[in-house]
Amino acid sequence: MALLEVKNLSVAIRQKQGLITVVDNLSFHVDENETLGIVGESGCGKSLTALSIMGLLQGSQVRITEGTVCFDGVDLLILGPAERRAIMGDQMAMIFQEPMTSLNPVYRVGDQIVEVLLQHLKLSRAAAKQRTLELLDLVRIPNPILQINSYPHQMSGGQRQRIMIAMALACSPRILIADEPTTALDVTVQKEVLDLMGELQRHTGTAIVLISHDLGVIAQTCDRVAVMYRGKIVETAATKALFADIRHPYTKGLLNSLPLVDGDVEWLDTIPGQVPGIETVLPGCAFQPRCAFADERCSYEKPNDIRVAGGHWARCHYAGQST
Amino acid sequence: MSQAILKVNRLQTFFRTSRTGVFQGHDTVRAVDGVSFEIKDGEVLGLVGESGCGKTTIGRSITKLDTPTGGEILFDGRDVTHLSASRFRPLRRDIQMIFQDPFASLNPRLTIEKTLIEPLYIHKLVNSRAEARRNAVAMLEKVGLDSTVMDRHPHEFSGGQRQRISIARVMIIAPRLIVADEVVSALDVSIQARVLNLIKKLQREAGISMLFISHDLGVVRHISDRIAVMYQGKIVEMGQKQQIFENPQHQYTKRLLASILRVPTLEGTHHVN
Repeated sequence: MALLEVKNLSVAIRQKQGLITVVDNLSFHVDENETLGIVGESGCGKSLTALSIMGLLQGSQVRITEGTVCFDGVDLLILGPAERRAIMGDQMAMIFQEPMTSLNPVYRVGDQIVEVLLQHLKLSRAAAKQRTLELLDLVRIPNPILQINSYPHQMSGGQRQRIMIAMALACSPRILIADEPTTALDVTVQKEVLDLMGELQRHTGTAIVLISHDLGVIAQTCDRVAVMYRGKIVETAATKALFADIRHPYTKGLLNSLPLVDGDVEWLDTIPGQVPGIETVLPGCAFQPRCAFADERCSYEKPNDIRVAGGHWARCHYAGQST
Repeated sequence: MSQAILKVNRLQTFFRTSRTGVFQGHDTVRAVDGVSFEIKDGEVLGLVGESGCGKTTIGRSITKLDTPTGGEILFDGRDVTHLSASRFRPLRRDIQMIFQDPFASLNPRLTIEKTLIEPLYIHKLVNSRAEARRNAVAMLEKVGLDSTVMDRHPHEFSGGQRQRISIARVMIIAPRLIVADEVVSALDVSIQARVLNLIKKLQREAGISMLFISHDLGVVRHISDRIAVMYQGKIVEMGQKQQIFENPQHQYTKRLLASILRVPTLEGTHHVN
């Protein structure tokens, strides 16, 4: 059994026109010790998916309309607030993109980590502080004894993100959801933070769901990848298998839009048009209006997941043929 | 590509920050500390480095948004380092800047038409409103938007479209040097590719010189002829782009290149930052 199993998850936003589905019948799983990457452009629903898993969808405007999110066999969506709270931060933890807005600016970073430990592990204050020092050392904050008393604004972006990671790892969670964890960081710091996450995973066996818009980050850190477009997973495979044999035109388009670092091209390939607004209803394939390979069938018939190889699926009528 | 349109010699731009409390006083931040480079006619110089390294300050010093502390800036052979705002104003037609955030850099209260024709009036490049409008429509077409957008406001457009409008606003007065500061950083990759192609095409057609500032090594390699690598207020390495990427000399450049996360594919390797 997979550690986390998301089945037929749909999320809708309430608009004037009624409910608009923005995450559409999403299914995926993550095993222990595995890193799943979810990649897609702004508005594709990747962050909403993460928030749904963590039960952090807020307000009456957004809600989960369908599906199950099973963690270790328990459906999180039917849990009461107290039961959910016991799992979140303890067995499941999340890291956000902007460490400045997700840390409390008026508390010392050490105290913020201690709080998590007191809440979930029922440690004594002294033991919690000791553990916090270990955690800071683990995420390679220099001089933990001093830094434990720092406020978030006194730290650099990379250090703050390390604090977030330390906090997320405080209770040795079994799964870590990381939503764009390195997007705000410089490339050299990004590499350090990603290496750190990978190393910690090797020690603890934590499963990671890494959400990113960056194919480079995904390619270098994930075991499997799911590519999202307009609320759906359009292609999923083991990372190596995916980049060796891309079958969905959107994945292909995304990759070809990237500038090269090891060579030069005159012009970059582009994906024509733009993502249709969420209120646009497309009877066929969601990518059809922008797809160079689309034919008439694509405009009226929704594609199903086509199996390319073991574990490699693509939601395209023509995924059976190599592009 | 022969004559240098821009020459920057030993440029220094410092900022004073103040401390309050018991240790009251001033600190000096040496944001740009002795930087020299030149940009030839029609050339694109890429400027890469981490946040805080001073790359934006260089761009802002050249366009006179920040005041240089020392050194000199020569535009077309003329020393413009200490020109007063009013004497620099005629040069603003020749030296233009495009910014990162297309949400912040367009006036939300102006229609697209007004946004585009305002610079034409300011620099007295047109004689009539009809002529200004014709120029605006032609420019919009060049950046891939049609004339139906003329009466709309910036909030009605996506990030990529706004960046096209920002580009149109700069290109419409035919500047000779553009400072482009992280102009594609806020855009999704598929949109980014189109905006990069557009900038490259317009730059070539008009033979404009450009200082292209970005933290993204792939983007910089794609658009630049030469690249300067900045670290802590100084340029640590500068050269032809192939040379920088294939045979880096400075430790910092090597470290930067080693942090690139590549996407391995059959045809070669790509990357995004």
